[in-house]
Amino acid sequence: MSPALLEVTDLAVDFGSQPAVRGVDLALRRGETLGIVGESGSGKSVTALAVLGLLPGTAQVRGSVKLEGRELVGLPGRELAGLRGRKVAMVFQDPLSAFTPVYRIGDQIVEAIRIHQKLDKAAARKRAAELLDLVGIPDPARALDAFPHEFSGGMRQRAMIAMAIANDPDILLADEPTTALDVTIQAQVLDVLRTAQRETGAALVLVSHDLGVIAGMADRVAVMYAGRVVETAPVDELFAHPRHPYTLGLIGAVPRLDAEGGPLVPIPGQPPALGSVGPGCPFADRCPLVQDRCRDVEPELTGAGDHLAACVRADELAERRPRPEEVYPVPPLPAADLTPRAEREPVLRVTGLTKTFPVLKGTVFKRRVGSVYAVDGVELDIRRGETLGLVGESGSGKSTTLFELLNLGKPEGGQIELLGQDTAKLDRAGAHRLRGEVQIVFQDPMASLDPRLPIGDVIAEPLLAQGAARELINRRVPELLRQVGLDPAYAARYPHQFSGGQRQRISIARALAVQPRLLVLDEPVSALDVSVQAGVLNLLQQLKAELGLAYLFVSHDLSVIRHLCDRVSVMYLGRTVEAGAAAEVFAQPRHPYTQALLSAVPLPDPPAERARTRVLLPGDPPSPTERRTGCAFRTRCPLYATLDPARQTRCDGESPALEDGVACHHA
Amino acid sequence: MIRYLAKRLGYYVILLIVAVFLAYALSSTALGPRSYFEAKQPRPSAASVDRQLTALNINDRTPVVERFGTWAEGLVLHGDLGRTIHDTSVNEDFGRRIWVSLRLLLVGSLLGMVLGVAVGAWGAVRQYRFSDRATTLASFVLLSTPVFLLALLLKNGAIAAKDAAGHEVVPFTGYETPGLAGGLGAHLSDWGLHLLLPTLSLALGGIAVYSRYQRATMLDVLGSDYLRTAEAKGLTRNRALIKHGLRTAVIPMATMFAYSFLGIFTGAAFTETIFGWHGMGEWFIQAINEQDINSVVAVNLFAAVVVLASGFLADLLTAALDPRVRS
Repeated sequence: MSPALLEVTDLAVDFGSQPAVRGVDLALRRGETLGIVGESGSGKSVTALAVLGLLPGTAQVRGSVKLEGRELVGLPGRELAGLRGRKVAMVFQDPLSAFTPVYRIGDQIVEAIRIHQKLDKAAARKRAAELLDLVGIPDPARALDAFPHEFSGGMRQRAMIAMAIANDPDILLADEPTTALDVTIQAQVLDVLRTAQRETGAALVLVSHDLGVIAGMADRVAVMYAGRVVETAPVDELFAHPRHPYTLGLIGAVPRLDAEGGPLVPIPGQPPALGSVGPGCPFADRCPLVQDRCRDVEPELTGAGDHLAACVRADELAERRPRPEEVYPVPPLPAADLTPRAEREPVLRVTGLTKTFPVLKGTVFKRRVGSVYAVDGVELDIRRGETLGLVGESGSGKSTTLFELLNLGKPEGGQIELLGQDTAKLDRAGAHRLRGEVQIVFQDPMASLDPRLPIGDVIAEPLLAQGAARELINRRVPELLRQVGLDPAYAARYPHQFSGGQRQRISIARALAVQPRLLVLDEPVSALDVSVQAGVLNLLQQLKAELGLAYLFVSHDLSVIRHLCDRVSVMYLGRTVEAGAAAEVFAQPRHPYTQALLSAVPLPDPPAERARTRVLLPGDPPSPTERRTGCAFRTRCPLYATLDPARQTRCDGESPALEDGVACHHA
Repeated sequence: MIRYLAKRLGYYVILLIVAVFLAYALSSTALGPRSYFEAKQPRPSAASVDRQLTALNINDRTPVVERFGTWAEGLVLHGDLGRTIHDTSVNEDFGRRIWVSLRLLLVGSLLGMVLGVAVGAWGAVRQYRFSDRATTLASFVLLSTPVFLLALLLKNGAIAAKDAAGHEVVPFTGYETPGLAGGLGAHLSDWGLHLLLPTLSLALGGIAVYSRYQRATMLDVLGSDYLRTAEAKGLTRNRALIKHGLRTAVIPMATMFAYSFLGIFTGAAFTETIFGWHGMGEWFIQAINEQDINSVVAVNLFAAVVVLASGFLADLLTAALDPRVRS
């Protein structure tokens, strides 16, 4: 084993009296990729930042970080600055804000080069152009002169990687580098990271909450929980035979693209507040394998070889190798309704829905200079007891579609039929009555509950709006809380007293209050950690079966859709490009866009992730302000590129309609 | 870019015309020069008062719009701002006083801006340390001190220093030593010394206001990802702060500078009176007391031009600092 390039020993970080990292040991060898995985608040990002001394001044760092034997903790700022960017470079999460908005991309990269290398401006600029070319930015010479706001998110992250490798660092630290990106863009950026690593031979530390990304990229993985590493192992070993119950639970909690949707493994409870971690194992309160001795002392990270775990029962797990559902109690799901689809009554039918927004110009007198074709032909069909997953990348028109539905008015184009009623023909009273039949759960559980209302009132509000009697409300609120798995005694508490997952349950209770028949779920779990997300997804499945609800489930996360939905509808640039039964679409996607989308999703299974073939889409989605003739996807279509000119002409000239579940001329 | 600025300039010209007309209408209706002439001893005849008023184009029996027309025609065609109530040329006063005021206003506001930004940025970087708390406290004390009180305090301080030292330490009246001999250097340092106290009385308020805003914008920037990126590249903290932090944090201040200029102008009226500077502010107060419509309008014209010009400068500054505005 070669000596460690970077060695972190007993690293601890406090913010005031609040600990964030409580004794982390890590070792990084030359050229390898170390994945650090953990949920929010586990201390993974703080660990990465502490290595470079980039934490704010309020942080106190203890312990040791050694780079090639040289101690970095306590090194004077000037010396540390000499190492940053040259020895250790960093790629941050949010490419929107990681570049200084007032300087050109090229100037910022040139600056990074010239801090550490004695190059004149022209030579540094030439090098910067080479770097941009390496990370796959088209027309690098021109891109140098662009300002950050002129780049898309994916382009910015590429440029960020170019800047990070500008000085041939030994270590690349990537902190959630693809979390803010769409899945096809994520696939591109991960590819660029691999290229960057190959070109520089740098070791990569990849911090992520996404087990799929880690599975595909890492050689070794460290799992963090409550400010400590609880398990570390080579990637295959970790995913195949986890020795810490938390790792096991995490693996069971992730919905998978390559598996049918049984119940997920929810880890009960939530991560502890680090200020109040007691003497015992911080996971003890959530652990199904907890014993009395777990509460006495916090277990050390121990084990044979390179597989270490901080659990007193690690050996037992190593021997037994249980599956997650054998260890964690999994809620039984009520039997699904097996009525054939044709016999179910339709809940929602949308045909040819369009919505355009004007692009206005002028300060005093606004004039229309163009249009954003946000929704440009959406078809939806949901029947009773069904979940329809609406999939698409950002800007594909998912949210606009939802708001058009909930508007319960006359759409700009096309037709919306809700419970057999054409919304264009509704009067005010009719719309009010129908509103009780469709309810929505929003993405952000923090922002969607009024912080000044006790949650009992939050849940009662839709009932009040429908003019329900007081005694009905008094009866319904505790009933609803129980239904979503919360204690009815919580009704008097305020939203800030609940965790993200609990708040999302409150949102669901509020939506269910008026007994709707269609529940619109707008990215309901994307703000939640996987272990909490699993519980909410299980709840949704259970409610659907019990109440015979229909769901319109919007998500960018295909694994979640795969897990939860009966049917799926894929959108690209405001259009429905493929629709059908989830099992069929996921098993045999027919539209080239769906194929690419599915292949871009990383699997939380290292051998499968390495083995599968990927379809990488080039570039970014085009702007929705342009009106194109022909198929909107052809600019990025892998199939189009292989067609002979005669068949391409059809894609160029004729926009494909959704026929038999797919909108492609050559599918 | 040029088109954008030309358009802004066009707006400003329209605004200027509106502002001047409103100022003209307001002072013509609010002030009563007739009573000034009627109060003269011996009391002139009504016809004679009318004649004098008409000759000065301030007769309240002529419709305001007509008077404005005459005034504007004189201004546009001959650059003539009319006559004062003493039948002297407004232009003459204007030409003399404008340099006095501009010297004070320019130096005072520039100093206020530069020091305000510096103090605010410094306070943000040292948030909650002693120096930050001290500057915060000092700026709140200054913010709650009216300009005239501040000016009087400075002047009394200078008088006390003179009494204690037995000779004048810092000059506190006028803008130059009358009849000073010597070359250009001697004159410049004499001007500088005379500028010191009045400028301080104007700049201190500016520093207090700007530093609060600058501290807030700087604090936003301090937590930003791009500042962290700059450090991660290998820039030292200080260089990252100055090159990547301050530049971005100053952008929102540009607009603020422009429109707080009016407050400084108002403050200057007191400062000039207290320190015996014969500038625009002093003239304004004097003209109102004397019911001198044309002089009041001239000062208003000056104020409007100065405010709109600083607005235009702010546009230029914003465009220079922020590429996102340019496109």
